[in-house]
Amino acid sequence: MIDYSEITQMQMDVLREISNIGAGNAATALSTMLSKKVDMLVPNAYIAPFAQVPELTGGAEKEVAGGYLVVGEDMPMGILFLVAKDQMSFFFKVLLGSELDPKSMLDEMQQSAFAEIVNILSGSYLNALSMFTQMTYSQSVPALCVDMAGAILGEVLMAIGEVSDYALVIENTFITNEDQLNGYFFLLPQPEILEKLFSVLGVS
Amino acid sequence: MSAEQIKVGIAELKTCPPNRSIITNGLGSCVGVCLWDSRTKIGGLVHVMLPDSTQSRDSVNKAKFADTGIPALIDEMTKLGASPSRLVAKIAGGAQMFNFPDSANKIKIGERNAEAVKAALAQKHIRVAAQDCGGTIGRTIEFFTEDGRLSVRTINQGEKFI
Repeated sequence: MIDYSEITQMQMDVLREISNIGAGNAATALSTMLSKKVDMLVPNAYIAPFAQVPELTGGAEKEVAGGYLVVGEDMPMGILFLVAKDQMSFFFKVLLGSELDPKSMLDEMQQSAFAEIVNILSGSYLNALSMFTQMTYSQSVPALCVDMAGAILGEVLMAIGEVSDYALVIENTFITNEDQLNGYFFLLPQPEILEKLFSVLGVS
Repeated sequence: MSAEQIKVGIAELKTCPPNRSIITNGLGSCVGVCLWDSRTKIGGLVHVMLPDSTQSRDSVNKAKFADTGIPALIDEMTKLGASPSRLVAKIAGGAQMFNFPDSANKIKIGERNAEAVKAALAQKHIRVAAQDCGGTIGRTIEFFTEDGRLSVRTINQGEKFI
């Protein structure tokens, strides 16, 4: 079994390329959903030790919205999408015409809209992955949480924590004319499937 | 308290000298365990992520688990002159951040973490002087070795001392 820390440069390049295509699909999907042009930067992908992961998203205490879902059977993995709470107005202004009250929680409509965004983004990723691996993926409905980044990440990293001290992080930046949105995707393949994943991708 | 806070990340442990403070940000299902020797005023904090190292194939990082992290922290504090028999604990965290409809996921990991922490403390005969565990909220905790206060901050419920 390989550990996250042993992922090679070439394997990272492949993951980055999949992320690139996935994020491209996602940007297209977001464009349609928001009826405006959405561009993206080339994603950053890196392996980081657990203790550093919250720092990447602006610190463990920063208030973020997280959507977490699990992908089933053949390739068990978790997907977490994190976005800073103050950046969520990017979506809500356009989607719901509502502003986000920084003091309050998300209301029902906002939660549902956020869940849908997470669905679309993760679906775009999984489509890209599916294209490369010729496998199909089924995803769960996302669970949502708005709280400190560290609190959310701790619970999600725990899913791979028994076998690893490192996480695979993909940073996406989506851009519209007036706004920029930094979203963080965490792909959390169970470490025991990393080998299988790289093998079907031809970079084992 | 002019000296800088000592920061502890996920699955890390650190000691804290007298008259300083030690902090860990954003505890969710993880549990922050603060140990303190009131005579020497030496403190320490471990940010526990998982209950049980025996489930793990690779337990290099002792601080990650309740059953190995607490003894490791006691060892570090003893090296600095703290007495294991004088240690008391304050703990916080062990929440459940995500609520999944299906129970296939590792359910109630926060609760299990808190229980494992208490069991590991009991095994070392360390009393839990105060705790703030459970719920569905993230917590930032800061422990002051001057007097053994523990500050617990949350986003919507402000700050309290336990």
